[in-house]
Amino acid sequence: MTSLLVLIPAALFLGLLGLGAFLWALRSGQFDDLDGAAERILFDDEEPGSGPNADT
Amino acid sequence: MAEIAPEAEAYIRTDGQGIASLNLAVENLHCGGCVRRIETALAEKDAVTSARVNLTTRRLALHWRAEQAEAADLLGAVSELGYRLVPFDPDLLANEAASEDRALLRAMAVAGFAAANVMLLSVAIWSGAASGDMGPALRDLLHWISALIALPAVAYAGRPFFQSALAALRRGMMNMDVPISLAVLLAAATSLYETINHGQHAYFDACVGLLFFLLIGRYLDRRARSKARSAAEQLLLLGAVAAQVVEAEGKVRALPIGAVRAGMTVRVAPGDRVPVDGLVSFGQGEVDASLISGESEPRGVKVGDWLHAGTMNLSHPLQIEVAAAGDDTLLAEIVRLTAAAEQGKAAYVRLADRAARIYAPAVHLLALGGFLGWWLLGGLAWQPALLIAVAVLIITCPCALGLAVPVVQVVASGLAMRRGVLVKAGDGFERLAEVDTLIFDKTGTLTHGRPELVNGDTIPAPVLAQAASLAAGSRHPLCQALVRAAGPVPALLQVQEHPGMGLELDGARLGNRDWCAVTEAGAKDGNSELWFRQPEQAPVRFAFRDQLKADAAAVVGQLQKAGWRIEIVSGDRAAVVEPLARYLRITSWRANCRPDQKVAYLRDLAAEGCKVAMIGDGLNDAPALAAAHASLSPVQAADVAQAAADFVFQGEGLAPVAMTLNLARRVRRLILQNFSLALAYNLLAVPLALAGLVTPLFAAIAMSSSSLLVTLNALRLRGGRVL
Repeated sequence: MTSLLVLIPAALFLGLLGLGAFLWALRSGQFDDLDGAAERILFDDEEPGSGPNADT
Repeated sequence: MAEIAPEAEAYIRTDGQGIASLNLAVENLHCGGCVRRIETALAEKDAVTSARVNLTTRRLALHWRAEQAEAADLLGAVSELGYRLVPFDPDLLANEAASEDRALLRAMAVAGFAAANVMLLSVAIWSGAASGDMGPALRDLLHWISALIALPAVAYAGRPFFQSALAALRRGMMNMDVPISLAVLLAAATSLYETINHGQHAYFDACVGLLFFLLIGRYLDRRARSKARSAAEQLLLLGAVAAQVVEAEGKVRALPIGAVRAGMTVRVAPGDRVPVDGLVSFGQGEVDASLISGESEPRGVKVGDWLHAGTMNLSHPLQIEVAAAGDDTLLAEIVRLTAAAEQGKAAYVRLADRAARIYAPAVHLLALGGFLGWWLLGGLAWQPALLIAVAVLIITCPCALGLAVPVVQVVASGLAMRRGVLVKAGDGFERLAEVDTLIFDKTGTLTHGRPELVNGDTIPAPVLAQAASLAAGSRHPLCQALVRAAGPVPALLQVQEHPGMGLELDGARLGNRDWCAVTEAGAKDGNSELWFRQPEQAPVRFAFRDQLKADAAAVVGQLQKAGWRIEIVSGDRAAVVEPLARYLRITSWRANCRPDQKVAYLRDLAAEGCKVAMIGDGLNDAPALAAAHASLSPVQAADVAQAAADFVFQGEGLAPVAMTLNLARRVRRLILQNFSLALAYNLLAVPLALAGLVTPLFAAIAMSSSSLLVTLNALRLRGGRVL
């Protein structure tokens, strides 16, 4: 029985952690451009928009 | 040519640190490669602090240090890549829709969290009950914890359904959300009652599970609709251009169309559309009025001629004295006709809502019957009788339906998108599937809407190439057709262009018959012509005609064979429409139709009981597109036409029309199939629920398996041939 007192709160905590992470991602705009994000992973140079420092 | 709308300055916001920001809609944005090209081009500018393109909404957010660069320089870099940019005010666009999307996603996350955790506890309760070694105290504890998770989750995640159900009930209507809300609320309440009274069965897992599944369906549906809406918004946004008003001292100033008044003078550069209705006060040249009238041939204009807003200026700068602007133009009249046609169209009730009108009352009667039957006749106390009624409501909750239609919709939209068809209306497929009559516009829909060289075979290749290099610098549609026919040729820069006559270089002339001093009698084949005369040689005639799209005959034949009635309704002359209809074996055609006549004809057909799909591209088709039961429009169409159409298809051919029609029929079949599956499941489960045999475990299994079944059935659409 005592193990339940640990396990149930632990399960709830982990679940809430996931929920919190999702809500954070939603608020910080991670879901605003789902199509663009899928393509951006294929850009292999330096991050566009970081300025003209590509003088290698 | 830098196509930056000159009113960009008005949309720039500068913050305290001297960082300017500007939001722009990007035209011609297709893929990640475009995103990268634009962002890289902007990142190369020193002044730019950030430039980010959103591929979903096709918008660019640009920030730069205000004192280091002018907006025009930055935007010019993007325009040079071939993307047209239109600034907009983000506050003016509907942001409510986006925040509603997010609210729905948040509700889904909460429901998902609750469903997972309550299910975890429910598994413990079920296995404890099965093995028989769980004491009532532990069961109560687990029920209480479930209640603590489920009740707040239901209160939060159920709001979209409760609100919609309330709104429907207030209007005295029934929708799918009424039985959903009732089932969830009753199940939550009785479960709480059971928990307080140390009962054996609680349906907390079913409550949150139902909400979770339904919210997935709702979110998919919503996403499809907001995509459609953003496509329409985009089109309207791009329609907003400025007029170049000529002021007293000859200075030219850009004014928004809304600020142009009658009596002002407006300059229209070649390649631009005339923004107002008015009289030509200076200049002469040729214009393309095909979007207005459906007439495919360019016509010449001179001082004193009347031009309508939306006409494309082809050859030379024109000045126009504004006779009417804004609300009084033909364009505005067409927009008004379109809006009126949209309103006049009977509101289409989606299949799912039609099903709900029968389904909801039936389910409620069943549950009530179960309750009264067990309580009054069956000899049960009211609590267990109510529990049985709740079980009926949970079992019949239209979870499968709520999920099945959106999944079919999403899969079908994805399929269509990959084949170059943009689905703009959420219920477009359902309406298109009911269509029995197809009405095609001619210019730009059945034909390319631009002249093509027809006698290329009879002309020696070197002559063609020479004429084409002369023509390469001109924007005249016949010259451009000549260049297209000749293939890539070097453009000669020294060519002189003589308005209304033709082109000249070193004695070689390309232009109308007078310009080339042609004496022989003209061929009477109704084609447009260009003459080419080199010094000391006989003149050569190039003939042009607006030609049928390559697959038009095949697609029309195929559709006729499949049983659709096909007609042509065009604004062009009968002499042009008749031979084309004969060639396509279309017996019913109409020519010289004004926009309101097209709408009236559609109304007549609808009154006869025909369900009509309109396929058209012109400004003059827009009201008809809005009035038709369903409508398609090619991507080359006028903005207003695209905004009015349910589907926008890409490519040069008509094959996407046949594909979309077939896809729509498959979508409808699949939706009906899913309804039957859901009905079959209910026929099995409802008697069990009425008999009092449905435990929370059974409810959970039945619910998830039926949802899974209809989803899998919807996914079958991905396989199989569509065309």
